[in-house]
Amino acid sequence: MSGLENWIPNVIDLADEFPICLMQTLQMLLIPGLISFVFGTLFGIMLVVTRKGGIMENRVIFFVLDKLVNLFRAIPFIILTSLLVGFTRLIMGTSIGVTGALPSLVIGTVPFFSRQIESTLSEVDQGVIEASQAMGLTPMQIITRVYLKESIPGIARAVTITLISLVGLIAIAGAVGAGGLGDMAIRYGYNRYMYDVTYVVVIIILLLITLIQSIGDYIVKKTTH
Amino acid sequence: MIELNHVSKTFETKQTDVHAVKDVSLHINAGEIFGIIGFSGAGKSTLIRCINLLERPNEGTVAVDGNNLLKLSDPQLREVRKKIGMIFQHFNLMRSRTVFQNVAFPLKDSKLSKPEIEAKVMELLTLVDLVDKRDAYPSELSGGQKQRVAIARALANDPKVLLCDEATSALDPQTTRSILKLLKEVNQRLHITIVLITHEMAVIKEICDRVAVMENGLIVEMGNIVDIFMHPQSDVTKNFISTTSALTRIYEMVEQDSPITRIQSGQYLVHLKYGANTTKEALLSHITREMAVETSIIFGNVEVLQDTPLGDLVVIFSGAEHNIQQAIAYAQNQGVEIEVIKS
Repeated sequence: MSGLENWIPNVIDLADEFPICLMQTLQMLLIPGLISFVFGTLFGIMLVVTRKGGIMENRVIFFVLDKLVNLFRAIPFIILTSLLVGFTRLIMGTSIGVTGALPSLVIGTVPFFSRQIESTLSEVDQGVIEASQAMGLTPMQIITRVYLKESIPGIARAVTITLISLVGLIAIAGAVGAGGLGDMAIRYGYNRYMYDVTYVVVIIILLLITLIQSIGDYIVKKTTH
Repeated sequence: MIELNHVSKTFETKQTDVHAVKDVSLHINAGEIFGIIGFSGAGKSTLIRCINLLERPNEGTVAVDGNNLLKLSDPQLREVRKKIGMIFQHFNLMRSRTVFQNVAFPLKDSKLSKPEIEAKVMELLTLVDLVDKRDAYPSELSGGQKQRVAIARALANDPKVLLCDEATSALDPQTTRSILKLLKEVNQRLHITIVLITHEMAVIKEICDRVAVMENGLIVEMGNIVDIFMHPQSDVTKNFISTTSALTRIYEMVEQDSPITRIQSGQYLVHLKYGANTTKEALLSHITREMAVETSIIFGNVEVLQDTPLGDLVVIFSGAEHNIQQAIAYAQNQGVEIEVIKS
């Protein structure tokens, strides 16, 4: 252990804090990830089916959704977080900690994921959609059995990219009081010059991202025919 | 089986309205193979989509098997569509499903049990000769195999009608023939009415009973294919027929005064056209023997349409003028159409 104490003294001192922060990061990854998956998929589908020429064409819904997605994608995340402070307090009771970070993480992620889903579903061959209509499928059946089923590899890819970008957002959220690994890197590594903390945080995040990417790649590979 | 009355379809674009189908009326009988031919942009794709309402006509009525489709509610229309199979130029199979799953796909909500679905799918795969590919994905199949899967899928709900939208246009000639053979088999064995659209006259010639020729959204000519091939009326039809015959080449050679079609004075260059009833007579040898007219064949072609032979001969007659006239009269008497190209 004497070797490690020389290399990463502060990390050894803060050994207890790492698991807590890792757990916070994982919470902020999985909870908003799951919520964003549900809403993002829903909005992505709605964007595809309500657009001009879609199977449930609806100008109003498409227009509103399209503009909302653009609006929230245009706001930088750090500004979005401060913009949502009031809203977060209202619905979560607090604007700090993991709980306080959830709304802005969700709102920051959903539009991004919606667009990913939209573009993935758009790649489904229009001819296949037409064939399904000719076979007498209902619009809902076309969504579940054709659009979603045909897009599984694309959806897996979208989830991978979104989770990785979410890791980035979590680090930013950490800087404004959400906790997690990003928060550790800033509090100790940046503010108190404990560079070894930063390095270890980077390694942990790198491992996390590698894990996400590998699982994603595996699913894509297994589901592509 | 299928009745279109005064069907029109117009697409509105920002600049102008595109009249894809204009006042088309069609009556397609149960059990026949009906072809619609036209160049691209003629409106045939839109027309075939009007039959199952993938395109809703702006005017007119569409009836399939006695149902007035435009009056049906969405759920009713979906039920009717299950009895109208459709195949496409680009097959439109699902990449994420195997051959078996693609064929079983339309049966998902049917009342059949799992073993019944399995049996039905295997029966269809036997029909299209793809049993050994049941667990393959579409990406592992050739174009012809994909179209066979698409045909099996289209037949899964025991349709009464099969719509073929340029079903062979993405295939090579050999594969095209095998798919057409399969369609013919489907038509004869399962008594399914087939409507196909194409831009290839060879496809029409191969399997259709009747044909409609489309141009600019209108049907310019319609009839039994033997009649259409024997006596095409419109320029488009003649144009299409010439694409499948070397006869045009002869006319070009005459125009260019090629040595092959050059004649001396006293000779006649004639085009003989004969149908089913006249082919058995030894016409030319009779002319030579009885009328002392020398005949030399420079071009000959026999088409078989619906088991009816249709022949074209381009012949040089040489002999005395009145003998040649006598020969021409004789040929006409025998029911052969004769056209003097040059004399």
